[in-house]
Amino acid sequence: MRSFAFWSLVVALLTYMTLPTIVVLMTSVNPTEILAFPPQGISFDWYAKAVTYPDFQVAFRNGLIVTACASTLALIVGSAFAWLIHHYEFRGRGLLEGVLWSPLIIPHFTLGFGFLLLGGAFRMQQGYVMIVLAHMVLVMPFVTRAVHVSLANIDPALARAAANLGASPFQVLTRITLPLVVPGMAGGWLIAAVLSLTEFTASLYVTGSRTQTLPVAMYNYIREYADPTVSAVSALLIIATTLIMLVADRTIGLRRVLAIDTH
Amino acid sequence: MTATPTQEASRPIPSQEAGSAVDIVRVRKDFGAAVGVADVSLTIGKGEFVTLLGPSGCGKSTLLGMIAGFVTPTAGKIVVDGADITDLEPYRRDIGMVFQSYALFPHMNVYDNIAFGLKMRKLPAAQIEAEVRRAIGMMKLDGFENRRVRQLSGGQQQRVALARAIVIRPKVLLLDEPLSALDKNLRAQMQVELSELHRKTGLTTIFVTHDQGEALSLSDRIVVMNKGSVQQVAAPVELYRRPANGFVASFIGEINALPPGRCEVNGGTASLVLPGIGPLAFPVAPATGFAPGRQVRAFLRLEHVRPVLGGEAGPNVVTGTVEAHIYQGSHTITRVVVEGIGLIETRVTGADIVAAAPVGASLALAVDLSEAVLLDAAE
Repeated sequence: MRSFAFWSLVVALLTYMTLPTIVVLMTSVNPTEILAFPPQGISFDWYAKAVTYPDFQVAFRNGLIVTACASTLALIVGSAFAWLIHHYEFRGRGLLEGVLWSPLIIPHFTLGFGFLLLGGAFRMQQGYVMIVLAHMVLVMPFVTRAVHVSLANIDPALARAAANLGASPFQVLTRITLPLVVPGMAGGWLIAAVLSLTEFTASLYVTGSRTQTLPVAMYNYIREYADPTVSAVSALLIIATTLIMLVADRTIGLRRVLAIDTH
Repeated sequence: MTATPTQEASRPIPSQEAGSAVDIVRVRKDFGAAVGVADVSLTIGKGEFVTLLGPSGCGKSTLLGMIAGFVTPTAGKIVVDGADITDLEPYRRDIGMVFQSYALFPHMNVYDNIAFGLKMRKLPAAQIEAEVRRAIGMMKLDGFENRRVRQLSGGQQQRVALARAIVIRPKVLLLDEPLSALDKNLRAQMQVELSELHRKTGLTTIFVTHDQGEALSLSDRIVVMNKGSVQQVAAPVELYRRPANGFVASFIGEINALPPGRCEVNGGTASLVLPGIGPLAFPVAPATGFAPGRQVRAFLRLEHVRPVLGGEAGPNVVTGTVEAHIYQGSHTITRVVVEGIGLIETRVTGADIVAAAPVGASLALAVDLSEAVLLDAAE
């Protein structure tokens, strides 16, 4: 009896978690021009509109540019910080970790608003530089974390064993440490990319009509039209990110990188 | 042919004329105010198998770390093959090492792990191939070349670690508790394999362990360490029969410590007089260290105390109360409390003693002092 109650609760929670996504996915195939749930038929017309709509095309391209730059910058800077935190004991290390983690706690609208004001001060409102910087800050905790976990998972005896076998400190870095950290860096970059590509709140503040990213374009679209095109875009985004994550898990062991499964 | 570790252990030290492989000269390591290794000097002959034995924290791993170059000595020098390597970086030392965790490279297969040291030495590809094949054959790893190290069992990982260390033909092979991660049966098997490997390669080997059984069965010589200092350096049999002090006596094998007494000669018979017990006679010749009038503590191996079940009284028989039996399969250790002496343990074959002398019953013990170890009472 208790078991029945328990499983009912689990099913209810899982349904609650996935229901919004399912609703959006289902409305995307509705044949008529309304966001009807349940759908009144099956049609892929809205998918055609989603990929041909000029605003979405531009926004998608903008998003790719921002994501590529922000994730890569976050990877470089985040890896450097992870290395620093992992290898050195220094005063203020805890503070540094706190600052690196802070974007997880600070609301995205605060960060977005802050970057908007900064952009104004430096006359860079709605420019790519500000958007990239904002996204970089937002995704950096994830990259730093992924690289830090990879570094921490390396048995310190490996470097000693390599040195014992004749590897110079530089060779230890290139032959042992880097190959073992690369999956973590790749995983961190990927998570950063997915987060950046779908980030909305901060992007709303820092983008302009020319530089808007896909989520912002979707928001602007739905303010004027209530047809299933945005549902179709959502579905495409979900499918794309799921595929990327699955491939990443297969090739670089995403679960290990995120320390969900240590070995 | 199968050489048992015991046979290996009794092999004579092959080094004397060949010169020393490792000279450790008054090496010291301080960790802040704490002493890790206190002025240790040690000479290890070419081809010798030497074990650093001691409880955890005794400094044996620190000493090994200094030989490998991972720990910088506070003072003293380390000479290998006549060259002072005290300040040399680890990667220039040509010293092979097997780590406690094996430290195999997880992103490489077995072959690449073994080839790593040769690649670092930039040997020609053909030579690397030949040397790695030889090491793979020697460590019975044929067929495992392309396996990832995570797919290997503990024993196989151990053999890869050994192959990787010996393939570079090191001047010295260091083994840092390599058997501690294995289960009991595998450990016995690896002891035999280590012995064979040492015989085949003739590599000067320094083995670190806290397990006296491993030390006794594998070593040419054992260096017993405690609190950073060397307590005794001796061959296994010598160490067991003639421990230099109380620490070594109780660390190697099981031993009974008798209370302080006095060496005396009465009417031509050498004896040990214990207060409250009286004289215990030495048979034929007194034990080493006997000097009339000397105050000593006698240490007595369990096999030199024999239960006398007939209840006969004799000159060297003491009587006590059975406190416990520790049955261990092939033998039983019986703990007896003797008034005036304290706890005495005896070891007898089988389990008959458990019924013959139940807990609480009195039991007579014949004491054979011929192999007793006499140490200064003051110690």
